[in-house]
Amino acid sequence: MEITLRALITLIHGMLFGAFFLMAVYGLVVELYRSAYVEQPSKLTTKSYSLERLYLICMVGLGWAAVLTGAYIVYPWYRAVPPAGLTDLALYPQFILKSSATTAGWHNLGMEWKEHIAWIAPIAMTMVAYVFTKYRLSMREHPKVRTAVLVFALVAFGAAGVAGLFGALLNKNAPVNGGSTIHVMGESQ
Amino acid sequence: MNHSQPQREGQTTTPGGDHLPNGPAGAAILSAGVGCGVLGILAVAADAFKPLAKLLTFYLPTGPLSGVSSVPILLWLVTWFILARRWRTKTVAIAKVNATAFLLLAFGILLTFPPFADLLQGK
Repeated sequence: MEITLRALITLIHGMLFGAFFLMAVYGLVVELYRSAYVEQPSKLTTKSYSLERLYLICMVGLGWAAVLTGAYIVYPWYRAVPPAGLTDLALYPQFILKSSATTAGWHNLGMEWKEHIAWIAPIAMTMVAYVFTKYRLSMREHPKVRTAVLVFALVAFGAAGVAGLFGALLNKNAPVNGGSTIHVMGESQ
Repeated sequence: MNHSQPQREGQTTTPGGDHLPNGPAGAAILSAGVGCGVLGILAVAADAFKPLAKLLTFYLPTGPLSGVSSVPILLWLVTWFILARRWRTKTVAIAKVNATAFLLLAFGILLTFPPFADLLQGK
């Protein structure tokens, strides 16, 4: 069982950073919505407050890690231009997709949307994490702040969802491959 | 647009007795909206104007996306820093702040959607 370096890094970008970010955002959205209906905001112990902060820091870190690895490591492999005359486009995913009218849409809509909308998610969630931490005990008295935070968190969830969905579908239609081969287990060739 | 107002509505008291104005939250919310709005504008502009796309190519392997994403992040952080300093102890008209931020956010999302961006460019 083997995997190429580029495929592994793409996997880390999408399945580790992206997917865990999406799950963390979902958890915070549920907590924000739930906290709107509690009679008393829960007072945390020092330990649980630290854990909550760690959760928020990890969530924001995952979001930034997803977009930065995507834009500066995976995307250059995706958009690399093949040398003139090359017929095997296996290492050039964008050109595989654009070479056929039936797959061009995956680039023209999928990648073009994903590469931009993805950035909205970490920007929004950084703000959400900051406001959630600062106004934790007084959010009930700032209902409009809570509304704004919830709206931004929901939009971030949607943006990350769009990026993740198209990322998975793009990689299914034209996988990012290449680089050295990593032998995971079993017989190697 | 001046979102700050003198009244104390929107202020709360922390367990320690200190007032917690909504200014810092307003600064964070509005600046996030600015970041998202600028992202959408630059995404369309870089697609429409090739010289701008070239100018925004900060890192060649990533292409114009490097600048299209970096500039809004920089503007977001600068806006946040400035507003946070100005609104640190103030109570702001949070409804107006929210409305502006939501408008910018919606604008940003819409402009990143390729069919809408193509429509604007007459493609």
